[in-house]
Amino acid sequence: MAETAGRLERLRPYRAVLASRARSQRAYRANFAVDLVSSLLVGVVELAEVWVLFTNVTALGGMRFNQILLVFGLADLAFSLADLSFGHLDNLPDFLRAGTLDVFYLRPQPVLAQLITSDISLRRLARAAVGAAAMGAGLTTSGVTWSPHAAVLLVLGLVSGYATFAGMFVLAAGLQFFLLDGAEMTNAFVYGGRYAATQPASVWTRPLKLVFGFFFPMAFTAYLPAVAILGLPGPQWLPAWLGWCAPAAALWSWATGLLCWRWGLRHYQGGGG
Amino acid sequence: MNSAVGSGAIIETDGLTREFRVRDGRRKRLLTAVDGLTVRVEPGEAVGYIGANGAGKSTTIKMLTGILVPTAGRVLTCGLRPVPDRRRLARQVGVVFGQRSQLWWDLPVRESLRILAAIHMLSRAEENDRTAELVEQLELGEFLSVPVRQLSLGQRMRAEIAAALLHSPRLVILDEPTIGLDVLSKQRLREFLIGERRRHGTTLLLTTHDMGDVERLCDRILVIDHGRLAYDGDLPGLSRTVGAQRVLVVDLAEPVPDLTGLDGATHLSSQAGGLRQRLAFDAEKTTAAKVLAAVSGQAEVLDLTVEEPDIEDVVRRIYAASR
Repeated sequence: MAETAGRLERLRPYRAVLASRARSQRAYRANFAVDLVSSLLVGVVELAEVWVLFTNVTALGGMRFNQILLVFGLADLAFSLADLSFGHLDNLPDFLRAGTLDVFYLRPQPVLAQLITSDISLRRLARAAVGAAAMGAGLTTSGVTWSPHAAVLLVLGLVSGYATFAGMFVLAAGLQFFLLDGAEMTNAFVYGGRYAATQPASVWTRPLKLVFGFFFPMAFTAYLPAVAILGLPGPQWLPAWLGWCAPAAALWSWATGLLCWRWGLRHYQGGGG
Repeated sequence: MNSAVGSGAIIETDGLTREFRVRDGRRKRLLTAVDGLTVRVEPGEAVGYIGANGAGKSTTIKMLTGILVPTAGRVLTCGLRPVPDRRRLARQVGVVFGQRSQLWWDLPVRESLRILAAIHMLSRAEENDRTAELVEQLELGEFLSVPVRQLSLGQRMRAEIAAALLHSPRLVILDEPTIGLDVLSKQRLREFLIGERRRHGTTLLLTTHDMGDVERLCDRILVIDHGRLAYDGDLPGLSRTVGAQRVLVVDLAEPVPDLTGLDGATHLSSQAGGLRQRLAFDAEKTTAAKVLAAVSGQAEVLDLTVEEPDIEDVVRRIYAASR
């Protein structure tokens, strides 16, 4: 009990900021509603893109529309939730330019933990809902044979996907210390990675498989778990059993992310690489 | 508390140095922002840290608070090593950046203070007591529920100071705290800082371009020039060092010719055809009373004022001398 209380107490600084951010976003109801709707629209448009594609083809990369829905849903749900809780790391260049990162140094918490909990974008819940709906539709219509295995894979895939995307945001933030106006470049692999994640990795070219299959492990966020859930064989280089390795991809993503962040922070403080 | 340090100084630097690699066109060049700074500040002191723009003030502050890693030398703040012990140090130091807000722009002041209390893990009682004290002393009451972005500059600075001092830090560092404030706001702020120091024994380190801040608040002055300590001592001593002159202004009963050739004083200017004259004298060599006596020998003095040395001028002279 006492230990739990102590742990909760340690989280108090973060809770205070997050609760306040959430409150202020909901304070202007009309505004918040508009935000939600626009976020919903973005999600729907991206889903429509997949649907339009399938009015012309019946299968893509060995997957039918409802199977792709599962991939899209898994990826979009995981990404939206990561974006909701980590997306504001993209604002780091503004902090660097204005010198306001220094303020975080004056508070008794780790700088990264403070930055992550400095905001939360509740409007992304709408997009997460689109992802969840697509995932649900994919699961129910693509004839998944339900088993404890499939259920574990689904949860494992979602949690790992969320963590993998989150690690990407941390990696991108770490790089901002070196790149002036580097958001353009890091957006390429964060948002490009999200886009890649919603596609079946089987259609990727070999260099793409290398980049988004392993270095930025996007294939592990949705496609591979989906392939394993659906009982498909998986393409060359990416066998279906890799779906079980989604947590390893999440660990890899965080390891590179934290390394890069540390490296960036050292650079900022001028302590040498 | 921390026996490893034992010295009890609140700031202690030894040969503190920071270099930056800066791009100079195509070539890279090494710029020494702080150069072998050795300083010791005792608890309860109020120190003015002054110097021109780019002299190394901000770099020093960043090294004292663990934001920047020194290139060479040693630094202890509150007996802690700023970079490795940053999080512990943050509980004992409060920093006010005149131009960088630590408040939440879209939130009422009250809410910002509440969040900061959570960030510093203050107990409910500590939070309430300290907030009440700061609200009263800084007169925040009238705008506690106003979002920060709607505050005037003077109000915002008061809120910033409350935010930096909420956790009752032992050392308060103020970087240009009165910049852009009107005379009245400056005055109030200085009075608050004097009171805070008296009540809690807080150590103050402030950088400023406003010499009024230094005169009212500081009992010790450090002048930094090109990263080096150019002066360490009190204000009168600084004036003496550079031979800054005091000025005696006399109002006379009737217009007289310019009072040149007085012993130990130089005539600066005359107004109203000689009714008011300004005379500079060196406080080391003579006194205001002697100059006054000399003037009285030539004309009837109705009124007089003595102008203290202009500190901007004093600092300018220090720079000139050390170059």
